[in-house]
Formats: sequence, C-alpha cells, structure tokens
Amino acid sequence: MKTPEHLKYTTTHEWIRTEADGTLAVGITDHAQAVLGDIVFLELPPVGKRFGRGEPCAVIESVKAASDINMPVAGMVVAANDALAKAPEQVNADAYAAWMFRIKPDNAADIGGLLDAAAYAGHAEK
Amino acid sequence: MLKTTPLNAAHRALGARMVDFGGWDMPVNYGSQIEEHQAVRRDAGMFDVSHMLAVDLHGAGVRAFLRFALANATDKLRDPGGALYSCMLNHEGGVIDDLIVYFFTDECFRLVVNAGRAENDLAWLGSLKEGFGAELELRPRRDLAMIAVQGPNARERVWQALPETRAATAAMRAFHSVNLGEMMLARTGYTGEDGFELLLPAAAAEGLWRQLLGCGVKPCGLGARDTLRLEAGMNLWGQDMDESVSPLDAGLAWTVDLDGARDFVGKAALLARPRSRQLLGLVLADKGGVLRGRQKVSTPEGEGVVTSGTFSPSLGRSIALARVPLGVKAGALVQVSVRDRQLTAKVVKPPFVRNGKILIN
Repeated sequence: MKTPEHLKYTTTHEWIRTEADGTLAVGITDHAQAVLGDIVFLELPPVGKRFGRGEPCAVIESVKAASDINMPVAGMVVAANDALAKAPEQVNADAYAAWMFRIKPDNAADIGGLLDAAAYAGHAEK
Repeated sequence: MLKTTPLNAAHRALGARMVDFGGWDMPVNYGSQIEEHQAVRRDAGMFDVSHMLAVDLHGAGVRAFLRFALANATDKLRDPGGALYSCMLNHEGGVIDDLIVYFFTDECFRLVVNAGRAENDLAWLGSLKEGFGAELELRPRRDLAMIAVQGPNARERVWQALPETRAATAAMRAFHSVNLGEMMLARTGYTGEDGFELLLPAAAAEGLWRQLLGCGVKPCGLGARDTLRLEAGMNLWGQDMDESVSPLDAGLAWTVDLDGARDFVGKAALLARPRSRQLLGLVLADKGGVLRGRQKVSTPEGEGVVTSGTFSPSLGRSIALARVPLGVKAGALVQVSVRDRQLTAKVVKPPFVRNGKILIN
C-alpha cells in the first residue's frame, strides 16, 4: 500500500494535494483502488458547485461495487478531470496520478484537519 | 471464524484479495478481475470452488427419491456419468437451491450444491428423506476439494497437468463426468466456456493447483466467476431466484419438467401459479453508471427489477439480468433507476456471451 508523504488523506480514502495556486486536487488512495478492484466508471462533480465537508460529490464504480467520493473540506469545485472519466482504469494504474477534481477550499486552514500519511496508513490497515 | 478451503494458503501465497464470502474466506481476485475474466474467455483460468458441497446419495431408493425431490426429471439421466442442472423447490414452488446432479449408478448419485445453501439443503433433503421412507443415505463430502478449470484451452491444460486423464475424457461430451481413481472430472462449469470441474480429495488439491499453475492456467477469483456467469446468462441463487421466487418466473422453466405423471416437491404449486414474470437481459445504452441488483426497471408493461448487474468485460458495457413483466420483449428500451438518475437500457435475450462469442448486438 503506497501512501506518499507529501499528500493529505481522509478516513474515507481520498487523497488531497495542495497545488501552487492554493486549490486542492483530490483522488482516491492506492488502498481504495485495490479494495474496489477494476474501476469502470467515474462520475465527476459539476464545476462551480459547492459542497460541505464530507458530502458525497462524485461516484466511482468498479466491476464489484459503487462507492461515493466525499468532499475532503468544504469548498467549490473548480476543475474536473474529464480525461480520467473517459479512461477510469487509470485509477488502478496509478491512484496518485489520477486526480479527479480540484476544489477551492472555503477556508485554507481546514487542510490542517486532514490526516497525514502515517495517520492514514494506520487507519487503512485497521 | 471464517471457513477455509484446502487452497487457502495457496491463494494467500499468490497475493489474492480475500473476502468473507458467505462465511468462507475466499479469493475475490488475485490482480485485475477483468484480466482473469478475459483469461477464461480466451485461454484458461481456474477457480477454487471447494466451498461448494458435494452430497452423495447412496441406496436402492435414490432414483425414486430424486424423482420426487428435484424439479428437473433425473430419469433423463441414463448414461453413467451424465449430469443435469436442476432446481430443488419447496412446497410453495420457491427455489431452495439450484444444483447439478451427477448419475454414477442406479444406487449412487452426487449433488453439487451452493456453498451458502449447503446446510439448509442437507436439512431439507434429510426431512424429505424421512417423509419418503426409502432406503437412502446422504453423505456430505466435506473431504473433497473442487477446482473449476474453464476456458477454450482448459481441457488441454488439464490433460497437460494430468496426462493419465486424457484417454478417459477426450471424447466425453458436455454435462458428462467420469471418476478416475479418487478424482471426478466433469465437463461442466459456470462460465459459458468449455472446461472441467475437478473434485478430488482435499489433501491432493494444492498439488493439482500448482500443477495447473505450472501449465499456465490463470488463477481466477470469485469476482471473475460472477462476471463470467452473468455474461453466460446463468442464474445465481440469492440474486436471480430464491425461496420466494418460482423458477418459472426466473428464466428456469427449461429446467422444470412438468410433463407426465411424475409428482415432485413444488409441482402442485407451480401448476396452480402459472408464470407471471420473465428473466431477461439488459444492456445499458447510456454510459452513466453500472447496473446492479435491486435497481428498479420501468417498462411500458409495468415495473421490474434488476436481479444481477455488473460491468461486462467482454462487451465493455454494463449488463444485467432483470425480472420483468411478461409482455416485455427483446429489443425494447426500458429505464433503469441507477442511483439518482434514469438510464436507458436495451432488453436482450440472454446469454450475452458463450464460448468466447458475443451473442447480442
């Protein structure tokens, strides 16, 4: 199970990367893709829509099951990775390269409330 | 505490993702489930299905007992080794389980039943047996392991691993079996491809598994087994039918022999309650998600329900089996509730795929 040090994580298996412009890129972790198995469908949130923290905002489906992707911090969606939605199997190939959407957080300080790599690894192993 | 098969350590050594499958610790996939699926469609794959239970029935009363206990007519079985798919019904005509019955001799038959239904089936067969009063013994064979080797090259790979079995099985037709020493080789399966199901003593299972691995047979998990059987249009107990569903409403009328004077458990109920639904296939036309069990299907003839749905690796789109009103016809377009939206699906007659070929358009 890979958990890169430079990323933040949620207990619901999203990873979060802070971009140079202060927006946050969001994907699902390597652990999550391994549990889901072959990913065949991705429904991304509409750009411009606001979501609260923990709110389901996207859907990922594998051959086995459907799963929600939750908003890691409150904010507005500013970009969606449509290329990934057309080739969702890339999530299996490299979960940390497969960003799904970017958000502008309502409050940049909320990022501090996310898990670091060690805390997430401990959570995922449970 | 989960139950384990004799191949549990072999699965773990291969890095399988193990899941609780109805109380059994089973491999759902080893790597990519889609690659495992394609290996079976194009070459050869193997499944540990040792969680299923073989039940041997011995005694002079066996034929008469099975004639009464099963919905299909076991009297069709005349050649030793012959096999037949059948439902076992309750008195209300619901499906207690579906199984394959193998005919060895007039005093010995074997049933292979679903893992999750095994205890229930044994209790049911035991109770029927008492009422029947025939000279009959039920022997659950927990001492056996079962490996399904499936795919266009499956038989060739089994012969490579077990050269001594070739002569006895090369000319054996589908739905036939042979016992060689302590191993039973049956030309049956649950994938829509050719192949064998091998039943053998538990202690010999890991050795055979390794030999098959060495011959290039790809280990496949229960995830691929489900997408393969669904593409092949084969029912799964607990999803496509159960104790509350008549086999006539679950696409299984072809397995129920209502002809003639033979009485069997559930017959009176089936005759009193004619077919009211049908099981058809759906192919999702929209790319908006994946069909899954319990989704609502809206048709001009009324409402139906998805009983099994998945993503079909062979078709590259989502497919399903659905129980729908009788008037719905192949080619019709229906609406399926997928999460919060209505998606269009085309009705087709299953199977979707058999012997590597796509059968729908």
